[in-house]
Amino acid sequence: MSAETGIGAAVKRREDLRFITGRGTYTDDLNVPGQTYGVFLRSPYARAKINAIDAADALQVDGALAVFTGQDAAVDGLGDLPCGWLVKSKDGSDMVSAPHPPLAVSQVNYVGEPYGLVVAESLAAAREAAELVAADFEELTPVVAAAEAAKASPIHEGLEANLAYDWELGDEAATDAALAAAAHVTRLDLTNNRLIPNAIEPRAALATFDPTSGEYELRTTSQNPHLERLVLSAFVQIAPEHKLRVVAPDVGGGFGSKIFVYAEETVVTWAAAKVGRPIKWTAERSESFLADAHARDHVTHAELGLDEAGRFTALKVRTTANLGAYLSLFGSSVPTFLYGTLLAGQYKTPNIHVQTHGVYTNTTPVDAYRGAGRPEATFVVERIVEAAARETGRDPAELRRLNMIEPGDFPYETPVALVYDTGNYQASLDRALQLVDYGGFKQRRAASEAEGKRRGIGFSCYIEACGLAPSQLAIQLGAGVGLYESGEIRINPTGSVTVFTGSHSHGQGHETTFAQVVSDKLGVPFDDVEVVHGDTGRVEFGLGTYGSRSLAVGGSALISAADKIIAKGTRIAAHMMQAEPDNVAFEEGAFISGNQRLTLQEVAFASYVPADYPPDLEPGLSEKAFYDPENFTYPAGAHIAEVEVDEATGVVQLVNFVAVDDFGHVINPMIVDGQVHGGLAQGAGQALLEHGIYDADGQLTTGSYMDYCMPRADDVPDFTVDTTVTPCTHNPLGAKGCGEAGAIGSPAAIINAVTDAVGTEDIAMPATPEQVWRKLHGL
Amino acid sequence: MNPFNYHKPSTLAEAVALHRDAEDPAYLSGGHTLLPTMTQRLAAPSDLIDLEGLAELTGIAAEDGTLSIGAFTRHAEAAASAEVAGTLPALAELAEGIGDAQVRNRGTIGGSLANSDPAADYPAAVLALNAVIHTDRRQIAADDYFRGLFETALEEGEIITRIDFAIPSRAAYEKFPNPASRYATAGVMVADFNGTVRVGVTGAGPCGCRAHAFEAALSAHLDPAALDAAELPAIDFNSDLHASAEYRAHLVRVLAQRATARLVAAP
Repeated sequence: MSAETGIGAAVKRREDLRFITGRGTYTDDLNVPGQTYGVFLRSPYARAKINAIDAADALQVDGALAVFTGQDAAVDGLGDLPCGWLVKSKDGSDMVSAPHPPLAVSQVNYVGEPYGLVVAESLAAAREAAELVAADFEELTPVVAAAEAAKASPIHEGLEANLAYDWELGDEAATDAALAAAAHVTRLDLTNNRLIPNAIEPRAALATFDPTSGEYELRTTSQNPHLERLVLSAFVQIAPEHKLRVVAPDVGGGFGSKIFVYAEETVVTWAAAKVGRPIKWTAERSESFLADAHARDHVTHAELGLDEAGRFTALKVRTTANLGAYLSLFGSSVPTFLYGTLLAGQYKTPNIHVQTHGVYTNTTPVDAYRGAGRPEATFVVERIVEAAARETGRDPAELRRLNMIEPGDFPYETPVALVYDTGNYQASLDRALQLVDYGGFKQRRAASEAEGKRRGIGFSCYIEACGLAPSQLAIQLGAGVGLYESGEIRINPTGSVTVFTGSHSHGQGHETTFAQVVSDKLGVPFDDVEVVHGDTGRVEFGLGTYGSRSLAVGGSALISAADKIIAKGTRIAAHMMQAEPDNVAFEEGAFISGNQRLTLQEVAFASYVPADYPPDLEPGLSEKAFYDPENFTYPAGAHIAEVEVDEATGVVQLVNFVAVDDFGHVINPMIVDGQVHGGLAQGAGQALLEHGIYDADGQLTTGSYMDYCMPRADDVPDFTVDTTVTPCTHNPLGAKGCGEAGAIGSPAAIINAVTDAVGTEDIAMPATPEQVWRKLHGL
Repeated sequence: MNPFNYHKPSTLAEAVALHRDAEDPAYLSGGHTLLPTMTQRLAAPSDLIDLEGLAELTGIAAEDGTLSIGAFTRHAEAAASAEVAGTLPALAELAEGIGDAQVRNRGTIGGSLANSDPAADYPAAVLALNAVIHTDRRQIAADDYFRGLFETALEEGEIITRIDFAIPSRAAYEKFPNPASRYATAGVMVADFNGTVRVGVTGAGPCGCRAHAFEAALSAHLDPAALDAAELPAIDFNSDLHASAEYRAHLVRVLAQRATARLVAAP
């Protein structure tokens, strides 16, 4: 296939013309005849009883159409928002789920929780009416801090405690014994700061209902429209799946926050039938801060045992994970199966035990966000390994190398339930050390010191489990759905190709990458391949995009579908060439038998105009496939950060960052670099800038960009990124996934560099200037 | 945003009259504080009087040791002005560091001073450069202008027309931006008038203020080390998520020392 557009080519993203020139079509850009506007009533309190809601004055506003409350939804039998992953406590009991009505009925449990919807002819009228709704709240004492939540009185009526589960993984007795016998034990207390996602496009929904057909259509900002439809049908019971179409048009970033099925699109869809008019809702930024699922928020104690030679003997981890006020769609799985399973990292640590207490607090629900559990795991492993190197006087790179799983060890089964299929961690580390010029660090440090700045270097050799996920394994572990992906390839009668994928692109560039894969596989021109996604009315089924799964799982489904196209095409071509199918080869877009040659285009035409055609074959050339992975994929890499710390002010400047990642085979290196850059910037944001903070009353004090600090271009250096390649052994592309690596590996590397510079392990994320200044000067 | 009447007068007198006659009026300059509060429905003026059309509020001129800047001068204009760069490069640098490009393209010096946000940059310059605030009805000395949190000497309906800055022999501005908003967590301008030093501070307290002890120390000995033990301004230092009062006070000293170092090193 063409070297300019095939697998491995840095093709410019075809979607960028519309994105960069402002011609994308996002949910809020859509308008339909008769459209009305929705504004949600949101709790001003972290915890309060709802005594009464009086909408009489609101309904007097010119243009106001309706006010719906949780009571109205309950009367209509609207189901609760479900959590899609059942986690069991170590005693075998199911996690404790607090009921999560789409609109709060009798009690609100976090600031921003919706308790009503106002619908009006205009947005202005809806806002004015919303201000006139009189809600009588009775404030209750909130529980805000995760560390104290388990002991505090339960926030939910009917639940015995705020502990949703007490989960464990690994062998506790063996881990304790190994720690007791260790030559050295490093102990570390860590917090993983709460983050707020901040996709550039706020969430939005536009719902319509056709009373003549009974069909609903929901256009919304979703990373997985089929899953949205499944939940709204099966759990919330708005409409059966065949009467509900969910479309995710252009979506401006998600980072996980648009995986989940939220109250807003649920209520708007239900209400569209109630008012008999389409309803549009678009979040304001301040609503996004309050109502998009938050991220991370762990408190952890970890202990790492080493023998005399520096080999890791045991890792024990105790984590309290703040789940927020309710279990969001995948909130339960993030601090358990996506976290505890990754604690082996790249190392041969023989004994690992992890315990996670998932707790309810009166804060916004917490769920998956770029990396989802794996950044938290990497932060624990790579912070404590770095601390252990310092405590035992070893070079941090060499201590890692000493403990790494070696290329000959694969497949490698960890003590925390994963089997790594392949990797070469030493190769990534070696390349990163070379790119960062590790030998020259002392000189760079001296140069910084001459300018009144301390310089530090920090490492992070991360691993992630991506390509979610083998369905049976996931379901066995508690997932409510399979995690395969679907793909369909239609060769049109004239030979152009329409590809349907259940993956969803919200910035990842699938329209380009998937076209490269199909064009390469089928030997058709790149420009002849169109990729369709994000519409339950056009794509058969799909599980969407998250967990760096789209290429490894969705891309593999397209390879399976292409194989079926080639198989059928071979039979058609064999008939046309009067050859045996076994003697027909498919090469570079053509079926070849001896000196005869038929292009895919000619075969496609014959399949739709079957004049000379195999009698036992159906006409047409369109094939579907579902691909279910046999294992996770295991991208891994070595990240090295260098920082300068201003002694007088405590300001940390990230001055150098090297990332060497192993994503297996890469389809489009330019897109992969972009994914890594974005992830690294997010990781730098977590390490140095971003912090979702609640005060003691449960008010979000970082509810706008005045106080919540997103990384900007001048906060990060020019990244040095490179890749090493060990192809994934179990998918046809040999691809592992690249979307989250930057955000997974970088926070630990940056904080390791800051702690190196400052000379204490006691630096919390984000490493704000004042905190660092206090540590520097012992204040 | 609630409905309001919009006016765009073409003379200062017309603007003042509109303000006098309206029920609950507000002047609109850059709008960077007013419009967000209106869209959040926290402010609902009956009448917006847009000052963009007033010729009396425009123009930048330097003569006789004074740099005069019209109140409607946008931050980007001040930053790019040859007059400002030629006479008061520290002021051009200050203007260039306000907010971001969008803010600088809308926000005005008069609007900023009338609002007197405690974390705005210009107050440090107004105080250090002994500016005179001209209004439609009088002149106000810098030292009399800032009164408290969002409080100034301006009377109801009074419009700033221009700001006259005294041109020093040299000056330097150092700012510690809030990492999120990029407002000044603290900002200090040090200006040397032939050996007499003035120090203006912003971001640290409820409004801009001078650091008198710093001025005395630097007037005696223009050296960063002269500030090592000098007394900080006697104000209630602000404390927020991003900087405690203790840290802010420390920053004021560090910034003053850095500004002094730059000023001394300047050719």
